Amino acid sequence: MATGELSIYNLVKFQAIPPDWPGGFWWHWLFFTVVVIGFVLTMVMGVIYIERRGMGRMQSRLGPNRTGPFGLLQPVADAIKVLLKENIVPVAADKIVHWLAPVIAFAPALMIFAVIPFENGALLADLNIGILYVVAISSVSTVGIFMAGWGSSNKYSLLGAMRNVAAVVSYEIPLVLAIVGVVLIAGSLSLNQMVVAQDIPFILLQPLGFLLFFTAGCAEINRSPFDLMEADSEIVAGFHTEYSGMKFAMFYLVEYAEAVAISAIITTLFLGGWRGPLLPPWLWFIVKVMLVFFAMVWTRTTLPRIRIDQLMAFAWKFLLPMSLLNLFITALQVLADWPTQLIWAMIIVNFAVMAIIILIWSRFFFRLGWGRIEV
Amino acid sequence: MALAIAFWLLAAVAVIAALGVVLLRNVFRAALSLILCFLMVAGLYITLSADFLAAVQILVYVGAISVLIILAIMMTREVQRGSPNSRFQIPAAIVAVLFLEVLILTLINTPWQISGTPPTAPTTSALANSLFGEGGYLLPVEIAAVLLLSAILGAIVLAREK
Repeated sequence: MATGELSIYNLVKFQAIPPDWPGGFWWHWLFFTVVVIGFVLTMVMGVIYIERRGMGRMQSRLGPNRTGPFGLLQPVADAIKVLLKENIVPVAADKIVHWLAPVIAFAPALMIFAVIPFENGALLADLNIGILYVVAISSVSTVGIFMAGWGSSNKYSLLGAMRNVAAVVSYEIPLVLAIVGVVLIAGSLSLNQMVVAQDIPFILLQPLGFLLFFTAGCAEINRSPFDLMEADSEIVAGFHTEYSGMKFAMFYLVEYAEAVAISAIITTLFLGGWRGPLLPPWLWFIVKVMLVFFAMVWTRTTLPRIRIDQLMAFAWKFLLPMSLLNLFITALQVLADWPTQLIWAMIIVNFAVMAIIILIWSRFFFRLGWGRIEV
Repeated sequence: MALAIAFWLLAAVAVIAALGVVLLRNVFRAALSLILCFLMVAGLYITLSADFLAAVQILVYVGAISVLIILAIMMTREVQRGSPNSRFQIPAAIVAVLFLEVLILTLINTPWQISGTPPTAPTTSALANSLFGEGGYLLPVEIAAVLLLSAILGAIVLAREK
């Protein structure tokens, strides 16, 4: 939507890949299904390596460095190890539910990638309800976690699952409201159209929206500092306490596949997706996903885990009013045609608004902690 | 042809899942069966080119209502090992039969119209226009939101300990 002169991507001429590339509906389907599965599995291995090495570096230790050059083969070794482990199912468990849970948790994480563009038009299905599809599908994985918590018939599993649902239900609201701001500016729900509309990355137009989405996204996928559902010092390992062997590996995979999915959505919504100068689009996409994931590792190692009472309060008293204000301001700006006319003013105003709102709200209305327990 | 196969598959699984909701003794499995039924109905919407409706169906019914049902099951102590005996089995059966009769009569007596026009490609803008545009349902939508909010507030006030 923004004007051509202001584009920082003028170096790249992007042409859309035809919707049924390479040749025919079924070839397209087969090709991109293989690409999506391969992408998710390799990215998961990559981000596990980044996380373990990055965390090691940030915590003044080495991290895995014995398997292969620089410890690069550690994820492979872990995968082989976990495949050979014994599969233990509790006697009191609901066998079918216990068996189905990892599958139902993993399917949505994989299905999200069907609408994420790797290049212009290079995606499994360019749905015109793209981002709504993502929100709807990702809500299904809660059911998988619920099934794991219930099917194990273990009180720690059940507690973990309950905490997870409470968090997901609360944090979904600021998450969706942050998305709506981007949708208003882009004027489309299709993720590919959103990237095409980003002549300037939307992180500049929606800085507060980006922060809200990042925070709520981290909470949604149980990453630290919101990893209360698997807080090992409180409830052993949460919903996957009773899982071992391949089924545990599936939950491990789900955790990182969801992290990659959230990184990919942030890349697409806020960082300009596949767009960028010089490098090929798919490489830009992967680089940006890795950068977002690195930011997640960074927050994980830097911030302490928040308490269960703070978790709810943070979502309802801080993120929700912030996201409502952000949506209101963005809607006014879109009505006044700022995204096409006054783009620099919009960038400056929105950064100023973000700083002022966060400062005022955290100073006078809601402060995390203060050493007191709230209900 | 492919559409017909998809329809019959989805419809068959939806009916089996719906039967599972009623017949399964384990309440948690019945709730899971309900989720499967909702997903199949969403699939039926997709075969009717109502993609927005399908996404909303999954979002609202699977993501919110089913999760609420499961949460309620988890919070209830007695219900966990099968459903307790109920005194209302016979009245419930009578009401169910009456309701089924009404449904079947309506289905048979309604003159179903099949539109000849091809489905609109981007459904979102068409839906938004008919909801919020000229002569739309702007006021009812807003009032529904306020009504739901007041219902939530009422529930909190009722459930709150003095």
